[in-house]
Amino acid sequence: MYQTTYHRASSVAEAVKLLADSGDGKFVAGGQTLIPTMKQRLAAPTDLIDLRHISELKGISFSGNEVRIGAGTTHAEVASNAALAGICPAICHLAGHIGDPHVRHMGTIGGSLANNDPAADYPAAVLALGATVHTSKRSIAADDFFAGLFTTALEEDEIITAVSFTAPEKAGYAKFPNPASRYALTGVFVAKRPDGVRVAVTGAGEDGVFRAEALEQALSTSFDPSALNGISLPYDGLLSDIHASAEYRAHLIVVMAKRAVEAANA
Amino acid sequence: MAEISMTVNGRKVTATVEDRTLLVHFLREHLGLTGTHVGCDTSQCGACVVHLDGKAVKSCTMLAAQASGSEVLTIEGLAQDGELHPVQAAFKEYHGLQCGFCTPGMIMAAVDIINRHPNGLDEKTVREELEGNICRCTGYHNIVKAILAASEAMRGRAAEAA
Amino acid sequence: MGIEGIGARVTRKEDRRFVTGLGRYVDDMVLPGMKHAVFVRSPHAHAKIAGIRTDQARAMPGIIAVLTGPELKADGIGNLICGWMIHSKDGTPMRMGAWSPLAVDRVRYVGEAVAVVVAETRGQARDAAEKVEVDYEELPAVTDAVEALKPGAPQLHPEAEGNLIFDWELGDAKAVDEALASAAHVTRMRIVNNRLIPNAMEPRAALGHYDRAEDHFTLWTTSQNPHVARLVMSAFYNVAPENKLRVIAPDVGGGFGSKIYIYPEEIVCLWASKRTGVPVKWTADRTESFMCDAHGRDHVSEVALGFDADHRMVALKVDTIANLGAYMSLFSSCVPTYLYATLLSGQYVIPAIHCNVRTVYTNTAPVDAYRGAGRPEATYLIERTVETAARELGISPAKLRRRNFIREFPYQTPVILNYDTGDYEASLEAALKAADYAGFPARREEAKRRGKLRGIGMSCYIEACGLAPSQAVGSLGAGVGLWESAEVRVNMAGTIEVLTGSHSHGQGHETTFAQVVADRLGVPIEQVSIIHGDTDKVQMGMGTYGSRSGAVGLSAVVKALDKVEAKAKRIAAHLLEADESDITIENGEVKVAGTDRSLPWAQVALAAYTAHNLPTGMEPGLKESAFYDPANFTFPAGCHIAEVEVDPETGHTTVVQFVAADDFGNIINPMIVEGQVHGGVAQGIGQALLEGCRYDPASGQLITASYMDYTMPRAADLPSFAVATTNTPCPNNPLGIKGCGEAGAIGSPPAIINAITDAIGTNDLSMPATPQAVWEAIRRQGH
Repeated sequence: MYQTTYHRASSVAEAVKLLADSGDGKFVAGGQTLIPTMKQRLAAPTDLIDLRHISELKGISFSGNEVRIGAGTTHAEVASNAALAGICPAICHLAGHIGDPHVRHMGTIGGSLANNDPAADYPAAVLALGATVHTSKRSIAADDFFAGLFTTALEEDEIITAVSFTAPEKAGYAKFPNPASRYALTGVFVAKRPDGVRVAVTGAGEDGVFRAEALEQALSTSFDPSALNGISLPYDGLLSDIHASAEYRAHLIVVMAKRAVEAANA
Repeated sequence: MAEISMTVNGRKVTATVEDRTLLVHFLREHLGLTGTHVGCDTSQCGACVVHLDGKAVKSCTMLAAQASGSEVLTIEGLAQDGELHPVQAAFKEYHGLQCGFCTPGMIMAAVDIINRHPNGLDEKTVREELEGNICRCTGYHNIVKAILAASEAMRGRAAEAA
Repeated sequence: MGIEGIGARVTRKEDRRFVTGLGRYVDDMVLPGMKHAVFVRSPHAHAKIAGIRTDQARAMPGIIAVLTGPELKADGIGNLICGWMIHSKDGTPMRMGAWSPLAVDRVRYVGEAVAVVVAETRGQARDAAEKVEVDYEELPAVTDAVEALKPGAPQLHPEAEGNLIFDWELGDAKAVDEALASAAHVTRMRIVNNRLIPNAMEPRAALGHYDRAEDHFTLWTTSQNPHVARLVMSAFYNVAPENKLRVIAPDVGGGFGSKIYIYPEEIVCLWASKRTGVPVKWTADRTESFMCDAHGRDHVSEVALGFDADHRMVALKVDTIANLGAYMSLFSSCVPTYLYATLLSGQYVIPAIHCNVRTVYTNTAPVDAYRGAGRPEATYLIERTVETAARELGISPAKLRRRNFIREFPYQTPVILNYDTGDYEASLEAALKAADYAGFPARREEAKRRGKLRGIGMSCYIEACGLAPSQAVGSLGAGVGLWESAEVRVNMAGTIEVLTGSHSHGQGHETTFAQVVADRLGVPIEQVSIIHGDTDKVQMGMGTYGSRSGAVGLSAVVKALDKVEAKAKRIAAHLLEADESDITIENGEVKVAGTDRSLPWAQVALAAYTAHNLPTGMEPGLKESAFYDPANFTFPAGCHIAEVEVDPETGHTTVVQFVAADDFGNIINPMIVEGQVHGGVAQGIGQALLEGCRYDPASGQLITASYMDYTMPRAADLPSFAVATTNTPCPNNPLGIKGCGEAGAIGSPPAIINAITDAIGTNDLSMPATPQAVWEAIRRQGH
């Protein structure tokens, strides 16, 4: 790791100011991606502004079917929240399968979204749920948030403060993990909402998370795995690497979508 | 340089370290607690697992400065008054270790798994929960047995105390 | 056997320090004034070095020294060598290319060490390493052995035209060709044995310390054989004479072969310590381990196995190309030859066998022994071919094997080895029973109802272990003898120290070796200490590999114990005024048989050292040493059966059952033996399902350079294993031990692939059978 200077913020406002005062600083939440990247010397922020001790970023709250998850909530906290499991178990299931238990104790939903790793799990949920990403400056619709590999609509000095969404009628997530890294080789989140079905795919797209419209249409007609029978997706725009060709990923998207629907209907 | 202070195995420690110092290096090189190991550089092997405020974390994936103000428990702090923790005892009893290198992280992870499953564990759950710990020697067979046995032993103790 | 003796399931003495975090590995060592080394490594697979500039790096904070290849050469440090001479079939010696510990004018694989930076901290050394400027002139690279043999391929070493290291053969080619020509059936296959990266969990490390006052070096290193390291560094690398070099391998976090060899970093740390006047420590990060530890396997073979009309094997013909990487590692030449081709008879009577092996340089990390070393390659080849033949011939795999089993011993194979004993039927039977083989069709039907493809596969393996009779290996080209040494030192008050050349890095010698002493002398194992891993404490040793610690290392201990026991009996007979032949030792007492006269063991020990009343002419003391040179290899063998379920939608394979029935001869500690089997099977399943080293063929970059891309078996990838043992004691060593360390990794890969190919109904599948590979195999046959 290159030299860096550590700062601990106790409020969002203080964090924003610390970043503004730094040379080439970065926010760090759980650090489960940023710290490994810095260890590999693939990132070299002059300053690290730690968001982990900001109490206003923590916690999960409900208002009827409206869910608001503080950006600083860890994967383990999301996974084990009984109230959330009552109205949207799919997101608890997803959070409970990110990385490993140690990662889940540190990693946060805000950090994961801000990083937008193309193989991360949360982007699929946020996109499929049509969630809103709240930041220190504004609210951004999920459809406008993800902007390609490791790229989001966030500005440099903008901090995610929370994610909110309306609990769907049904939702499910199925992931086929990369055998080595255990990130999603292909992960599909399906959400059935009054206005239709949304299907978001992570791990497979060259530009990161995306919606699979063909699957959405089929499932809007019938929210049943069999609705996806016979659908084959085009390979273009899909990742290809030693673990999975684009062709195999295209196939897995449909298989995982079926399993996600099965889970949603269970 | 960062001024840090934390409680490690019940002992308050303060130090001045480079900001880039990882928690694992602080433990190993500044405190001489070499039981916590480094087995990879991509935060995957779990040899470095310690407890931070009661939860298993990878000490290679955290700056020492991030841990400042926290309570850290390492493998060296697990046995009490010379008596092995039930998980340590079970690893020995069930031959859950060979070369011993992954063992400290494995044991710290196991304690955390058992803590999070007070109603007991089954083999499938244990195997899934070991996602973040790699062992090359044992094929995990006896590690799984040891964790299941320790879980039972600790539940027995808890029941006795109640 | 007693509660702590031979055969007892004793928990390990060494565990307490490991479970409490008090193990002492090389990276845990701190010496006064110690500095940290980081290596500058080649980012290119193949390049000329036009120049190296170190000024900028030297000017960085905390820098002690920046050292390069020319300086190392100027100090007379020698090139790394391969210690086993193989001759091509035309009589010419193998062609060994020069391998300098720090590259001088050319690099030949990604990660090759070019310079070393020594600094106050590791971070500073790494900062400065980035400032070392190396002018590379890139050359075309080749990573695949088959490609490297083709005309026009990039050439690695001037010594090895066409990248060919040797073209070697074993067996009678003419007899094989004739038998195949007249065979009733010939099964032909192309078999690829995938390249693996060992991945002991402790990365390699070295701490070199030069003591100016004594003109003496000490090296703490992650080694399976510190004595061999000292010998090689002294005799070939010119680091220091043996009496000026101490090598210590303290607790070592697994080896699996990868820590047998002497690597550039160990040499450089010693040399750099002398150059800088301070102790120098280097610890690999995992990426360096991936790039620079010796890899394993990487064979491509064409096989033909002929049968007569009665399904009896008549001949086996094998043509293998083995990738040895960019340089010849220490034992690289013997792995694809004498540890491979000699095992091609498997458990079967095959009247004629011929094997041709070409070894090849490529722009990849050196390849050497990895758990099993040659024997997994032989077993995979035979057992895949036999299984395939059974399918082609339409008879059951067990029946075809049974028809061809060797049943009379000793058995001379056509490929050098003489099997001393075995009972292959017994292990097959035990495995079939444990696996409920008969109940498989019902399980397959049940799985089908769940949409899963269930398959079963077996593998009947044999290995040659207990390396090795010195005269035999000497005649085959080995540079050393493969005996082992031991010393049994009874202290004045009766406690015992055993000094052994067998290094323990997970095998549990501190317990099993003590059990043998406890068995013989009746003392508790707590009173027995096992000392190993330090050339200053243990006089000589050949180390731990090839499942040799029990069969060879313990045999040396037994020989020394024989002498100790004999002397103790003489002393006791003298003190008790009895005949020596009437003296027995049991439960810590030295007794006159059939009487109540006895002496506590400790009193006999004390008498030996007080020397107040010893038999006339007897030397004081009770301490004996011995060398044991095996009379033959040992031949562990067994049967593994795997049962898998394949998800046809994703290609994902789940191992639902794995049975290992092994004949290891006599067993000291069943708990430890089972643990060895578990670990070996896990590595074998890893090879079959998950692990595969991949280089980019165009750039020569290592793609699988971290756990992000190289799949290590995790707990959820594996089942619990069913382990059974059968026993035909080895007739050639005093304890009847065959060895158990490698069997799991040898027997399991073909069982897994045989099971998957059974499940998916196509034989067109290579290792690793990743989900994508299996999905594609299913799709190719239009399932």
